[in-house]
Amino acid sequence: MEFFFEVLIGGLLAGVMYALVAIGFVLIYKASGVFNFAQGAMVLFSALTFVSLLERGVPFWLAFLISLAAMVLIAVAVERVVLRPLVNRSPITLFMATLGLSYVIEGFAQALWGAQVHGLELGISDEPLELGGMLLSKFDIFAALTAASLVLVLSWLFNKTRLGLSLRAVADDPLAALAVGIRLQRVWVVVWSVAGFVGLVAGLLWGARLGVQFSLSLVVLKALPVLIIGGFTSISGAIVGGLIIGASEKLAEVYLGPMIGSGIENWFPYVLALLFLLVRPAGLFGERAIERV
Amino acid sequence: MTDTVVTHLLELENISLSFKGVKAVNEISFRVATGEICALIGPNGAGTSSLLNVISGVYQPQAGRIRFDRQEWRKMRAHDVAVRGIARTFQNIALFKGMSVLDNVLTGRNLKRRSTWIEQALRIGRARGEDDRQREAAEHVIEFLHLQPWRDVLVGTLPYGLQKRVELARALATEPRLLLLDEPMAGMNADEKQQMSGFIVDINRELGTTVVLIEHDIGVVMDISDHVVVLDYGRKVGDGSPEAVRQDPEVISAYLGARH
Amino acid sequence: MFYREVGQFSTRYAQGRRVFALRQDRHGLVALLLVAFIVVPWLGNDYWLSAILIPFLVLSLAGLGLNLLTGYAGQLSLGSAAFMAVGAFATYNREVRVAALPLLCSIGLGGVAAALVAVLFGLPSLRIKGFYLLVSTLAAQFFVTWALTRFSWFSNNSASCVISAPRLEVFGVNLDAPAGRYLLTLTVVVALFWLGKNLVRSELGRNWMAVRDMDTAAAVIGIPLAKTKLLAFAISGFFLGVAGALWAFAYLGTVEPHGFDLNRSFQILFIIIIGGLGSLLGNFLGAAFIVLFPVLLSNLVSLLPGGLIDAGQVENLQKMLFGALIILFLIKEPEGLARLWQRFRQRARLWLLRY
Repeated sequence: MEFFFEVLIGGLLAGVMYALVAIGFVLIYKASGVFNFAQGAMVLFSALTFVSLLERGVPFWLAFLISLAAMVLIAVAVERVVLRPLVNRSPITLFMATLGLSYVIEGFAQALWGAQVHGLELGISDEPLELGGMLLSKFDIFAALTAASLVLVLSWLFNKTRLGLSLRAVADDPLAALAVGIRLQRVWVVVWSVAGFVGLVAGLLWGARLGVQFSLSLVVLKALPVLIIGGFTSISGAIVGGLIIGASEKLAEVYLGPMIGSGIENWFPYVLALLFLLVRPAGLFGERAIERV
Repeated sequence: MTDTVVTHLLELENISLSFKGVKAVNEISFRVATGEICALIGPNGAGTSSLLNVISGVYQPQAGRIRFDRQEWRKMRAHDVAVRGIARTFQNIALFKGMSVLDNVLTGRNLKRRSTWIEQALRIGRARGEDDRQREAAEHVIEFLHLQPWRDVLVGTLPYGLQKRVELARALATEPRLLLLDEPMAGMNADEKQQMSGFIVDINRELGTTVVLIEHDIGVVMDISDHVVVLDYGRKVGDGSPEAVRQDPEVISAYLGARH
Repeated sequence: MFYREVGQFSTRYAQGRRVFALRQDRHGLVALLLVAFIVVPWLGNDYWLSAILIPFLVLSLAGLGLNLLTGYAGQLSLGSAAFMAVGAFATYNREVRVAALPLLCSIGLGGVAAALVAVLFGLPSLRIKGFYLLVSTLAAQFFVTWALTRFSWFSNNSASCVISAPRLEVFGVNLDAPAGRYLLTLTVVVALFWLGKNLVRSELGRNWMAVRDMDTAAAVIGIPLAKTKLLAFAISGFFLGVAGALWAFAYLGTVEPHGFDLNRSFQILFIIIIGGLGSLLGNFLGAAFIVLFPVLLSNLVSLLPGGLIDAGQVENLQKMLFGALIILFLIKEPEGLARLWQRFRQRARLWLLRY
């Protein structure tokens, strides 16, 4: 029984990491109505920048700030070159644009920093901590705490500040937001920068765990089932979705794996999300769109 | 005038529809005689569009029965309603923006086709003559509504009034027994309204189609309809001939405006 | 200005429905087909046939398959490569296990297998719309590649997972040479494009477009949504399955799951975005672009002073340019190269007159 809980909690903590990436998606979706496929590339780029700076002897906090600045620059560029010309086009068009964007950012990241794997030391070791008879990873707990604080800060931002109100207005109807004087471009730059920041944090945590390498951008794909379960527009939903996906993935790997074969975690989250969708087409927390005819 | 027994093509009995607790339609009953033009009027939010959506199967009512030509149901999907011979237009134009006028009208013919998709793909069997026949039927409708000059134009590029006419053509192409029109003249100027009224009357007189239309222009309503039903906040407040309804005090206070 | 178009009017509906309205265009098409079928295999060198023309043709077919589903029927899909893989493996298994079947039959049955798998993963489209549908095709993509690798039955229990395609033979004629494989591919592609043309101009094609543009209105005029959507998945799956079989048999010479991964799915999606959603010609243009772009780029780079850009960087550069081009197309010409070609033709027809 204890083993089950260990696996479960291990999965939940892994799920927190998924949730972190998903939060970046939710932010952008909430404010620009775009499913940003390039989020994974952004995670990769920010982590690569940080690690490469570290390796060149730049101190930790300076490297962090520079990486963050780089993400803000990317946000500005994206708003100028991609979002502005495509304003008010269909969501599918925007999605495909972010697909192209992900290629650009990935190519740029590797052109700039190379394609090798970089190890990343954050100073928190992966030692097990004993809690109530179970072995939990210190690192995972740290990640969970980081994610929790991030969520709190973001929720405050969205719900309690004027900026958050503007963000929600823009997400609902960009033209109407323009009409009431909200500065669309500025809002978008802010949102993509915040998403870049979240991506950086996620990239650092994932990178410390897996090493900073190309496959980091594939994490973005796992975020899709997370968002489907949690809804595309809810940060708390992203957390819950992440937890569910993380836990079920681990459990399936450990319990179903020996029966069916290894590598289940490649497709299990998607099938789970699919089944979920059939029952609740709008996700757990998402809003059901009412089609007015 | 002798009392003739009129067959009622459409009959609504105690239809109720609510969205998350808000009652859009509250126990509405009325009957539409075969071959008449029945106008459904009421201020915005009175439930007129919702009622049309219920009849055409887009929304499923929580209570009530619908009787259409000897068949009876409460819940029915839009596709099955179309099969039974009810066609409609939409308040906000629901044309297929990526296709031409002719193609939009041709989609209306899909229920009249006999050939299967395989026959069409291989161009064998029933498919061969059918393309010409369906095209001819579509051309009749296009001619009827004077749309020939725009036959191959992409509907998304047409002006609003023409788009409304194309939507009417598409509904007509299904050869319906009952035609539901949701504000067919919204946003039109006086000339266009007159032209559209003419078309609707032609459809009713020449083709024998029963028409139920939602319309806010009282002048048009009085002009072309045989029967008027008035809604207010989801309830029926008037039902009768245009003259009778115009003089009904309840209708006047609710809709047409009370004199103080 | 290059043609005399005067005097060509249609007097019957069937004439009006022709794809190429001008007599000169129809002659042009016949000439092109003659060149493709007779001149090219005779004159073409092996490199061009094997490395350029065959993948170009197969990718055009794959593009058409995805275009039917996404461009015409509006169902976004990231699982195209999985359906191609099913087609390739199904054809391989038929050939290897049921020795008596002729090659074309096996390929056809491979397509059918892919169609069935596509319908299975397309069932959710009856309940789910838009983005969310992506997860179904993504599930297909990952599940299929996992299953094909995991269960060695699919690869006939070979030691490594890479199996080589059996010999190609149609009506007793050996087609293993580049020219033979080219002709096989060309024939299948031309036949399926003819089929595709008939489909998109038929009632089913219109129904697809109606479902894509506004499915509520489509239901209201009597279009059966479930049947229309599932047929889109099935037919698209069939085309993709055949393309997959050709990719493995006529191009690569091996049948292995890695060539049918998510990147391939993206590649096909790019083909139809760049080529033009909802267009037949666009598939050819997009495929040509995808096949020729890397070749052109490396040739350009080799012209630059040596060492300026090293080999590894070329790949990154290619990736970046690619992504940038996608964004550019979406901004400037969302209907892709096909529309650009159309506009060019309109101008060319009136050239010198300009108005």
